[in-house]
Amino acid sequence: MPGASSWSFREEDSKLITGLMDGLLRETSVRSLLLVDRAGQIVANVGEAPQFDTQAFASLTAADFSANDQLAKMIGEHEFSSLFHQGEKESMYLADVARRVILVALFDNRTTLGLVRLKVKATVEELTRVFEEMFTRAGTEAPKIEGFGGKEAEDEIDKLFGD
Amino acid sequence: MSMINYASREINCKLVYYGPGLGGKTTNLEHVYTKVSPNTRGKMISLATETERTLFFDFLPVDLGTIRGFKTRFHLYTVPGQVYYNASRKLILKGVDGIVFVADSQLERMEANIESMQNLYDNMSEYGYDLTKIPFVVQYNKRDLPNGSPIKDLQAQLNPGWQVTDPARQKVTPDPFFPGDAIIQQLPTGEWIERAIAHEAVAVQGDGVFETLKSVSKLVLKTLG
Repeated sequence: MPGASSWSFREEDSKLITGLMDGLLRETSVRSLLLVDRAGQIVANVGEAPQFDTQAFASLTAADFSANDQLAKMIGEHEFSSLFHQGEKESMYLADVARRVILVALFDNRTTLGLVRLKVKATVEELTRVFEEMFTRAGTEAPKIEGFGGKEAEDEIDKLFGD
Repeated sequence: MSMINYASREINCKLVYYGPGLGGKTTNLEHVYTKVSPNTRGKMISLATETERTLFFDFLPVDLGTIRGFKTRFHLYTVPGQVYYNASRKLILKGVDGIVFVADSQLERMEANIESMQNLYDNMSEYGYDLTKIPFVVQYNKRDLPNGSPIKDLQAQLNPGWQVTDPARQKVTPDPFFPGDAIIQQLPTGEWIERAIAHEAVAVQGDGVFETLKSVSKLVLKTLG
């Protein structure tokens, strides 16, 4: 699709990404880590399974980050590469990865903001390398799925819609 | 920005409902929400003002089913229609895979429709997206009201078509939803044009809502092949 940059990731990408996130989880004792893309889709989740609707959470995270990006520009900053939302018990720390995805750490008083910030920074650098490699490999072409252009896929699409 | 996850065999696509304020974008999503089985849809999120005008967006994820072994999920978004919310409206377009333009059929809203359509073109081009190349469907809503513009006028003002330069596509294609009309046709000047698929709707009663969603979803899924 010209313009709108799509992307796909393979099983080995997925393993690499969750491996890095698992490492961060152990080092920081955060409750949960989520990776969300800038269009609001959930990419990965490690740690405690969130009790909330993760899809809704992902769409709000992307909107939150985008709105803050615009606020940054208004005050003369290029971007806010990380955001921190402090709650009474639960807090969240969000960090940009390669301008395409957002790493979200959900944590409580079992860890500290300082530690989370420090360790997230290191993991973001590693994740950035992984994603940049993925995006370079994918190029600017929209991903295609084998068999999706054929008659059978079209029939399945029609069937899905009851045609 | 469709996202394909080969590990979990999932495809996620983003659809945005665009259009002038009070045109029925949120109503479209609300109807989908009430009619789709709770097993196949997620929670609907509405960031609205106290008077229920959309402030940032509405969001509704819907699972369509499995195609070629991939679970397909569509994320439906609306934008705030009011002119002064353009900054947030533009943000929602980021990574869009398909667009539904919900036009308000009432005569007195024609100008607002035109302004919103222009705004859509402008915002898309700022992202470098070409509206004539991505899945795009127009919905003429509020067809039940007595002060509605004729479809012919709405099509002429909002969906006049874009030039078809590829010779392979220059063949008359009948419009499945408006008999006698064509999606791709040759003008008396010799120029070939293509229009977006359009639907009539009364979103508040649910008429035309799923037809519109089907049209745009099909177009999006076909871009993946």
